[in-house]
Amino acid sequence: MRLFGHRLTFTATLGLVIIAINLIIAIGAPLLAPYGQASILGDAWADPTPQHLLGLDDLGRDLLSRLMYGARMSIGLAVVTTCLAFALGITAGFAAAVLRGWVDTLLSRLVDLLLSMPTLMFAFIVLSVLGTNLSVIVVTIAILDAPKVFRLSRALAMNIAALEYVEVAKVRGEGLWWLMRREILPNALAPLVAEFGMRFSFTLLIIAALSFLGLGVQPPNADWGSMVRDYRDMINLDAMAPLYPAAAIAILTIGVNFVVDWMLAIHSHAHGDSA
Amino acid sequence: MSGRRVGDDILQIDNLRIEARNDRGPGPVLVDNVSFALKRGKVIGLIGESGAGKSTIGLATLGYTRRGCHITGGKLDFEGRDIRTMTAAERRALRGPGVAYIAQSAAASFNPAMTLFEQICEIPLRHGIMSLAEASTEAVKLFRELDLPNPETFGNRYPHQVSGGQLQRAMAAMAMAARPDILVFDEPTTALDVTTQVEVLASFRKLIREHQTAAIYITHDLAVVAQIADDIMVLRHGKTVEYGTAQQILQAPREEYTRRLVAERVAGHTFREDLATDEPPLLEVSNVVASYHSLLRVIDNVSIDVRRGDTVAVVGESGSGKSTLARVIIGLLPRQEGDIRFNGTSLPPKLASRSKEQLRRIQMIYQMPDVALNPNQTLLEIIGRPVQFYFSRPRGQVRARVLELLRMMDLPEHFIDRRPGELSGGQKQRVGIARALAAEPDLIICDEVTSALDQLVGEEILRLLKRLQDELGIAYLFITHDLGTVKRIANKVAVMLKGKLVARGETAQVFSPPFHPYTELLLSSVPEMRSEWLDDVLARRTQTLQAVKQAQIQLAS
Repeated sequence: MRLFGHRLTFTATLGLVIIAINLIIAIGAPLLAPYGQASILGDAWADPTPQHLLGLDDLGRDLLSRLMYGARMSIGLAVVTTCLAFALGITAGFAAAVLRGWVDTLLSRLVDLLLSMPTLMFAFIVLSVLGTNLSVIVVTIAILDAPKVFRLSRALAMNIAALEYVEVAKVRGEGLWWLMRREILPNALAPLVAEFGMRFSFTLLIIAALSFLGLGVQPPNADWGSMVRDYRDMINLDAMAPLYPAAAIAILTIGVNFVVDWMLAIHSHAHGDSA
Repeated sequence: MSGRRVGDDILQIDNLRIEARNDRGPGPVLVDNVSFALKRGKVIGLIGESGAGKSTIGLATLGYTRRGCHITGGKLDFEGRDIRTMTAAERRALRGPGVAYIAQSAAASFNPAMTLFEQICEIPLRHGIMSLAEASTEAVKLFRELDLPNPETFGNRYPHQVSGGQLQRAMAAMAMAARPDILVFDEPTTALDVTTQVEVLASFRKLIREHQTAAIYITHDLAVVAQIADDIMVLRHGKTVEYGTAQQILQAPREEYTRRLVAERVAGHTFREDLATDEPPLLEVSNVVASYHSLLRVIDNVSIDVRRGDTVAVVGESGSGKSTLARVIIGLLPRQEGDIRFNGTSLPPKLASRSKEQLRRIQMIYQMPDVALNPNQTLLEIIGRPVQFYFSRPRGQVRARVLELLRMMDLPEHFIDRRPGELSGGQKQRVGIARALAAEPDLIICDEVTSALDQLVGEEILRLLKRLQDELGIAYLFITHDLGTVKRIANKVAVMLKGKLVARGETAQVFSPPFHPYTELLLSSVPEMRSEWLDDVLARRTQTLQAVKQAQIQLAS
């Protein structure tokens, strides 16, 4: 099988299948889930039955349904956050590379400042001051993630901006937006897409970690991180409940990384052989 | 060393066939049915344009093929043993003492973290041929033979501490260190300046003659190979076009293709003499000074005039500031002193302060068509953008204009939706020209437009530029190091040396005696087809170099 004209490896195919299943569940959760995420359907920790394949949770809610709604919340948040981080990081990174001079210095030092702060700690402080509103979570994590994207996109754009076709556009009198959007971005896309996959995994983990610590997604909304927290005591009672959301996080992260590895391999190949 | 006799066959290649394979199945045939024999002490020149398979043959003699390529037929007989059937260990033993390789880019072939000595002595040491003491004595001897400065201490330097020409010679020393039977030279002087090329070429010839080593000399330049080869093989698309003695190939070529290669050098050109001289110049560069980070003056007090319909060539070696001059005119590097007037009005030094109209009227064509075109845009976008940007035409008209430009460039109309990756080098360069023309400029700056192209393709590009000039009356500012081209296409010429102008005027006048000594040095360094050329140049060399040095002192004061 081929994708973008390159042969798919076994792991890449597996990764794509994992991602596809997760996306279908995330998008179709309200249709696919047998019950609502907050509806109480029976006794706490009821055993699995044909109606409730994974059993019920601490409040008597259907575990499978919560897992599916959790996918919607966790993946949705991670995608939105990563997109925002990339929008910020790429714009600033490309602008720094094209404009150079004081713009570059200013942005780079700002980024150094942000990078010098421990991500999780910083997120704690901001979230405990501003409250655990979803949009606050998204913006905070995006701002904390953007510097890493900035670093990569600046380095990529530096190399591309030195090429003559960018010079041609500059000499023609094109504006900054055109240079970034039309000349640089299409030629930096491959490594950026790979980075997107990797950043997505990290964001997914950070949001899960914040939720686990009680600063992320708030009840009654289901989210994989908070589900692990809510069910964690059950591990002592030999129940599977906390393992399902934890496994979901792990499997999706691994799936994304399989695809990213494959993309990076193509990218480095193309570089080595073109000479 | 025993038993070495000049005249014995040392390498016999029979019906060699090399094919490329990719993951989608068999690819093109790179070398098809090539045969030749190499005798001790003889030099064979492999000539051809890119894609002729000459480097592939050179590497095959080392028992090596590039990734994805396979030797699928024929014999490579080295002293009675077939290189194809050798084991990996035998091949390793062959490389160095048997066959040694000298690559085009010495800078990319040396390890920057090791001294030259370490790298040159490594080969004989690894093969256990010499002790360290013997190897270093040998290295010093080779440095001396190759006319390198301070042979005793030269090897203690790191690759970045010597010049390009010296590094290329150091690479020859490295190849010679294990006293190989065959040297493979792969375009060893192509990346060098003409004046340096003469010296490196002379050193190589001396080395080959003194050691009676056999050599395969790969180049695209017939005039270079004429100086050094006994036999010449002309290759095209992996096939032998013609194979014979150097004299026969150069003086009585049998095949049409060889004739075209030989003829290209001698082709003449006529200029338009009817240019109005009283008209004010289109571009007036007067006493311009520019530098990077205000350190060294890269352009020092340079003045040039270009009139409508003129072709003005700016010539010089690398580091002469000729490309920087183009950047100053175009506004990428702001000038510090002096004035640049276009059509009577002064151009602002900075690009950002120039008007759209000022930008439109000066366009540029670049040396490397590969990096001058955005690989992710179609030709419609590449050529259409200036039309849309400068003239704000609607979509339909832009497309019509792009088609018209493609026709002018002799490119098929269906190319309009292709991307640069699907075009050949010459076609890409035509797209570059079309993009410049799309802005309907008065002046086009051509920065080494033919030097990345094959000889015959470059010739076609020059002819195209000439035709466009006749039709549209555009002026050209030609930045180049190739004096052969200048003589044929430019009516005016400016010679630059280390940022300063040393000569300027009508081409015929600058290029005829009495010369400025530097002009003479440059002119004498352009290789000629006759095989005595190198000896003639070397005979007059010292004198010319001295005159140049004196002129430089005068310029500095």
